[in-house]
Amino acid sequence: MTTHSPFSTRFGTVIRPDVPPKIAGEFEYSNDVRIPGMLFGATKRSPHAHARLVAIDTSKALAMSGVHRVFTHEDVPEGRLLGHITHDQPVFVLDVARHEGEPVAFVVADSQERAWQALEAIDVSWQPLEPVTTIEDALTKDPIHPQGTLIRELLIERGDDAVGEVVVTGTWETGRQDQLFLAPESAVAYPSADGGVTLILATQDLHTDQQQLCAVLNLPPEKVHLINSGIGGAFGGREDITLQAHLAIAALALGKPVKTTYRRSESFLAHPKRHPAFMRYRLGAKSDGTFVSLEVSIDLDGGPYASTSGPVLGSACYFSAGPYRIPRVRVHGRAVRTNNPVSGAMRGFGAVQACFGIESTIDLLASKLGIDPVEIRRRNVLVEGDPFPTSGQRFEDQTDLRELIDRCMALELPSSPATLDLDLPGGTGRTLMGSAVSRGEGFALGVKNHLYGEGVPETSWAKLTREGNTIIVESSASECGQGIQGVLDRIVRTEFPECEVRFAVPSTWMQYSGSSSASRQSWMSGSAVLGAAQKLKSQTSSGEEPESAEFEYRAPATYRGDPTNGTGDIHVSYMFVAHRARVEVDTELGLIRVAAISTAQDVGRVINATEIRGQILGGIAQGVGFAINEHLDTPSGLAANNSLTDYLVPTAADMPLVVIDVLEQPDPRNPLGIKGVGEPSAVSSTAAIANAIRQATGKPITRVPVRPSDIALAN
Amino acid sequence: MSSVRLRLDGSPVELEAASSTSLLRALRDAGHTKAQGACEQGECGSCLVRIDGVVQNSCLVPATICEDANVETVASLLNQDLADAFARHGAVQCGFCTPGFVVAAEAALASAESLTYDTVRERLAGNICRCTGYHGIIEAVLEVSQRRREANQ
Amino acid sequence: MGTTSSPTTVEDALKALSNGARVINGGTDVMVPVNEGRDWVDSWLNLRNVESLRVIEQSHDGIRIGAGVTFAKIETSLVHLAPALARAASTVGSRQIRNVATIGGNVATASPAGDSILPLLTYDAEVELVSLRGTRSVPLTQFLVGPKRTSREPDELLSAITIRDFQGAQHFAKVGTRNAMVISICSICARLDRERGIARVAAGSVAPTPLLIHSAEEALLRQNAAAEFSRLVVEASSPISDHRASAEYRRHALGVLAERVHRLLWQETQ
Repeated sequence: MTTHSPFSTRFGTVIRPDVPPKIAGEFEYSNDVRIPGMLFGATKRSPHAHARLVAIDTSKALAMSGVHRVFTHEDVPEGRLLGHITHDQPVFVLDVARHEGEPVAFVVADSQERAWQALEAIDVSWQPLEPVTTIEDALTKDPIHPQGTLIRELLIERGDDAVGEVVVTGTWETGRQDQLFLAPESAVAYPSADGGVTLILATQDLHTDQQQLCAVLNLPPEKVHLINSGIGGAFGGREDITLQAHLAIAALALGKPVKTTYRRSESFLAHPKRHPAFMRYRLGAKSDGTFVSLEVSIDLDGGPYASTSGPVLGSACYFSAGPYRIPRVRVHGRAVRTNNPVSGAMRGFGAVQACFGIESTIDLLASKLGIDPVEIRRRNVLVEGDPFPTSGQRFEDQTDLRELIDRCMALELPSSPATLDLDLPGGTGRTLMGSAVSRGEGFALGVKNHLYGEGVPETSWAKLTREGNTIIVESSASECGQGIQGVLDRIVRTEFPECEVRFAVPSTWMQYSGSSSASRQSWMSGSAVLGAAQKLKSQTSSGEEPESAEFEYRAPATYRGDPTNGTGDIHVSYMFVAHRARVEVDTELGLIRVAAISTAQDVGRVINATEIRGQILGGIAQGVGFAINEHLDTPSGLAANNSLTDYLVPTAADMPLVVIDVLEQPDPRNPLGIKGVGEPSAVSSTAAIANAIRQATGKPITRVPVRPSDIALAN
Repeated sequence: MSSVRLRLDGSPVELEAASSTSLLRALRDAGHTKAQGACEQGECGSCLVRIDGVVQNSCLVPATICEDANVETVASLLNQDLADAFARHGAVQCGFCTPGFVVAAEAALASAESLTYDTVRERLAGNICRCTGYHGIIEAVLEVSQRRREANQ
Repeated sequence: MGTTSSPTTVEDALKALSNGARVINGGTDVMVPVNEGRDWVDSWLNLRNVESLRVIEQSHDGIRIGAGVTFAKIETSLVHLAPALARAASTVGSRQIRNVATIGGNVATASPAGDSILPLLTYDAEVELVSLRGTRSVPLTQFLVGPKRTSREPDELLSAITIRDFQGAQHFAKVGTRNAMVISICSICARLDRERGIARVAAGSVAPTPLLIHSAEEALLRQNAAAEFSRLVVEASSPISDHRASAEYRRHALGVLAERVHRLLWQETQ
């Protein structure tokens, strides 16, 4: 069960407007959208991780009754590429397929079933090529992409050379976690009379999708509209183009609405996943535990296309030193192209991997010095005025990290011995049979930026219209389930406590508010809505006409790092979190029970207490999954477990007990003092669990997810 | 394709289905969207319905064996006290899993089994939620269980 | 065009079977590849309405479990009589899977990981097969021919599983990394009937079929022979490496499970 300290009730308790229809099963997701006369598409995908496209024979498919058309690269003018940041990804395989599942063709038929059946009738001949599946191979063999092997390389260096009296080294590896949002990709595109196209979809970023579609279709934004329907979870997995371009091309060519829905096994292959990371750490300290120097190398497996590898690498590198005072830091990071599945954004965005690296290394140091692992962190955390260890950015008006640690440690982790099968290592499998259980505790401190940073200009727009006693909010911020609309509702009510609040459906008819990612929307769109609300409030109403006010909020400026050493004012601000985990391990079998987790998180301002708790619990669930189970295994680049049978996420029977404390240290950089909430719970929960497993077993635990054999067979 | 006639949440409906079409797909193709499909393997519970009194994954049932069946979804199984509790306890974020959880929860509440934190966890273990971390859902079900027991005393 | 028949008697079911219909009861196995498009079914033989298949009959001779008995029913009805089978049933899938998944389906699918098959092997279970030609009984060990292959003839239906020898201390355990809905990496079921001097042990996911290991029985009958028992069990296995686990881990885990279950059963019979 969970307990938590009293949350601020300044904003009152909220039932989000989208919640009641969701409970009743009346909420419409993009999967539910039906347009009369719509046709259905299905995607033919490369079965190879790396192969030359020899020929596509669509004749048999086209001969099937009910099949209308098959689209391939021939339907896309040359040179039109997709990509969230770098445009490096073809709409359909042109000459070489670079990952398993890469789209080769899109068939449109009268029904979804027919379209799937028609896939079998499309004959694609391939010449398989040797796949590049390791970082080593990527760096030594020929590039698998014309833009080269390195998506990004980053060097961060601060301080004078120093070594420290004691040095520990560690090599750490993280797996390939899938966002596993429950609603599989699904959308509808339909043509409009002006030669344009409209999509009803589920995306985290309406405008970035629109930009890419405009480029591929060669249409202006006024002719390409995107409307967000209900989104069934995202966690970073809906930031890239998956089905949008195929649908738009088909709808325009056929003059009809076209829908497609992905099956789970293809969904696993279609959207980018968390970057596997390969990290080497070298931490030097004085014998009293004061950190002196840190050297880190991080290699990220980006898959063949850039997606968001650039900023993910930035995040991994800038947070590779955690929130600690370290005078000398050198970080060398590379995001590398391989023929493994594409990597991109997932909750935590590089900071999860970095946290595992630094927090595991600190535990090694603590152990070597015989200093309590929490105490060693407490001594080294940043305080007001310190330079951030990597960027050198001044740590100012941020969370009091010592208090964060203390508040986490003050929470009592439930300590009663487990008696139920469900709670023993091995669980309902009843493998323990009375054998001994090893207990361990682990602690980890997490840090990540919220908002974009690295000099990316960042704005959000909102418009409020007052009609009588109702205020209509127009914001393109995507509601993925995280509760942004509930937050915006509350903010409107700070100025208009008596009004009803309604939301226009988010679409590209509204101006840019950026992605629902980087834990940024409460701050960005919240500030935009606040600005609009304040403007509206100050307008005097003299007639019966609806009044409206719009506001574009601009985030404080940030800068790309110095090209020689990566330092600078990189980020707008940071989020901080502490996790403490208790695990119970059957060391002979290597089976792990995550028994309890306590956490303290600085949430800036509690706007919606229920949703904050939900974000914390949800992130911890993903952290648990990543620590002990979640990895998309891709031997030779081919997914072995792209199904829910073998890609295991925690169920209700696997969740640990969770105890939560939240701190409210408002961020002075935005009018409401808001801090992002969504990501931190996933940033350090995995590291805390791994540290606990290491303590319980005495095994190196150098990778997550931890496998039974890492404990049972390791030396 | 054949016609399948069954009762859905109390009303007669006619579905079109091939032999290989699951009840889930036949329902959704006909515009009945109270059951969702997140995996179509029986591993997530999003498609959970009650057929002739038996709670099961509708993705694993061919539509054509459901002729004359009585199919119930969240629409007929949800009670207001559970709806309120779900809302208050943060049991819903994206909501995609919610209708399935309602079916599982109402079945647990209707059973003679006494519900505790542990038995609720076990009963809901066949429904995946990716957003909430489950505790809000478990608490909501426990609260309703207690209230209904008290109301029956 | 496909047809579905939903007979209410075994005889009508057999007639439908002769028309090439695909058998379905729980559907929890057969529908998965169908949904994925990897399998296509033209016509179903729906056994859900054949009540006679859903009966558990207890007699002086033993227990006859109808092929259509669900794991939900086995989980509760047999918890005292055949506790290892009841426990194995309770680990299948999830609550909703167990509501419809049948023991007949599990046995007929014959997966090397088949949870309910292990306790049945330790009970020397017999499989009853019916066809229009008559009825025959086959020991379960002979019924399981290879990975997902059985000796069922195409015109036969699995109608029941009979167990006569299910007494004694018994335990079923399966290694998985989650508490529900998990295919076992390695599993074991052992039974020790000291009164009658009978010992049985079966292992799953460590060979092409679930394995009844006769060579280890004698060691199970001796109190201080846990290590030897474990060695014999592992020797009889031939696990493979796959994405769930390596052969090395499976061998190791099997050895640990075997040693533990030996100690446990001897403790329980003190």
